[in-house]
Amino acid sequence: MNQSKKETFSLLRIVGGLGEHALYLLTDLGRMGFFLFSALRGLFKSPFRFRELIKQLCFIGAGSVTVIFFTALSSGMVLGLQGYYSLNKFGAEGMLGSAVSLTLIMELGPVLTALMVAGRAGSAMCAEIGIMRISEQIDALECMSVDPFRYLISPKFLAMLISVPLLTAIFDVVGIAGGYLAGVKLMGVNEGAFFAGMQQSVTNHDVILGVVKSYVFALLLVWVCTGRGYFVQKIRGAGFGAESVSKVTTQAVVISSISVLIFDYLLTAVLL
Amino acid sequence: MSITTPPPPEPAIRFVDVCKSFGERTKRHLVLDRVSFSVPKGQTTVIAGGSGQGKSVILKLILGLLRPDSGQVLVGAKDVSALGYQALQEMRMLFGVLFQGAALFDSLSVFENIALPLRERTKLSNEEIRNRVAATLEQLELTGHEEKFPAQLSGGMKKRVGLARALQLEPEIVLFDEPTTGLDPVMTREIYEMFSVTQQRLGYTAVIVSHDIPQIFTLADQIILLNKGELDVFADEAQIPHSSKPFIREFARMVMGQQVA
Repeated sequence: MNQSKKETFSLLRIVGGLGEHALYLLTDLGRMGFFLFSALRGLFKSPFRFRELIKQLCFIGAGSVTVIFFTALSSGMVLGLQGYYSLNKFGAEGMLGSAVSLTLIMELGPVLTALMVAGRAGSAMCAEIGIMRISEQIDALECMSVDPFRYLISPKFLAMLISVPLLTAIFDVVGIAGGYLAGVKLMGVNEGAFFAGMQQSVTNHDVILGVVKSYVFALLLVWVCTGRGYFVQKIRGAGFGAESVSKVTTQAVVISSISVLIFDYLLTAVLL
Repeated sequence: MSITTPPPPEPAIRFVDVCKSFGERTKRHLVLDRVSFSVPKGQTTVIAGGSGQGKSVILKLILGLLRPDSGQVLVGAKDVSALGYQALQEMRMLFGVLFQGAALFDSLSVFENIALPLRERTKLSNEEIRNRVAATLEQLELTGHEEKFPAQLSGGMKKRVGLARALQLEPEIVLFDEPTTGLDPVMTREIYEMFSVTQQRLGYTAVIVSHDIPQIFTLADQIILLNKGELDVFADEAQIPHSSKPFIREFARMVMGQQVA
């Protein structure tokens, strides 16, 4: 009898724990939904902070050019070498331009740019807002009747939505140049065939797919990274103080990176 | 001829049976247990108590940064927890707040920190803002530090900049969260003097949360002691030992020692 009571009790605890976790997830999702709505609404509130927008564009956009350049160059060159190795087996090296450009424009460009920006700018944004939250700077803004979304978050949203598609375009161009260097200059693929293959195979639809992906990834990145920082004190298991900011920053980069990869598949499946 | 006593000042803030607890469902910690009190207009109310007793929670409830589990927090005639976003923003314009850690924006200079409420909440020209901030800096003996960043300031200077920022819009009510924590006695005295000078000049209602006992009582028109979710209200320090509430007597004995025993 006693044993059966114990079993029932532990079963109830498991079910209760699951229910509590589900409630937490729902609350968190609701919070993040409200956050996204408020941040987007903040874009249309006046006065808009153009100086802050320029600062964020410099940080997210101009500041990421170097890392994007080297990532793109190395990815493009590796694609050029690997592509040449594979296509050479079928005597189809002429298709190298097409393979490199399509892979970069539709997949690697948007995805790798988003992952690089998440690691470089997303983490910094999350930590900045998290520290502002725990040191009561966001409370201070609210107490001054200053909307923290308009003042802090919305300029970051707009800067990310402008920067990421432009960085993706830079990634694509530099990546294709890398593929050209490795394929044409190093492995001796015909230059005309490389460019002709690229021109014939890349359509407007492919470019639009890449652009749509870069906008969606930019929104995901800035939403997750700023949102996690903003709610740093409400995230279960994050702890307190500096530790909570470090944990939440790691969490933001992981969640945003995984979301980018999941949405990459979904967008490809829907739009291809 | 009968002597008529003046009517008590109108309350600026009222707590009515407020409960507030924190923590997860299974281990909730009750911080405020059906507390009721009023903060009279134009006077200084000191809320004292040990760490973790809910003093700062009271300030956050007043500002609508937290909502009570039950009961009402009234600012004037308005119930803070019933206000929508826009009404809450308008209500907060009545307040100036000096946060415990000053909560200065660490990426902005001293000048920019003090100018921020003027830039965001008024239509003053840059020239007028510059003049007003310069005047405040002079009053609070901060001239020459305007280009410094918060990380380059001492604790006392941070508090003074925080006070300058809180008073820029000449608020009706000013909330002070541990204004002297971490300061040496000289700096503490300076902050008290600045408080008295600015309150005399602007005539604001002040709510000071502090555990700087009994020194902080010198500023008080009304004292609220808080311990283990209970509170008691006193007109002056001398009444404290006669509290009817055991937790308050226990707390007073602990922090005021022989004065109460």
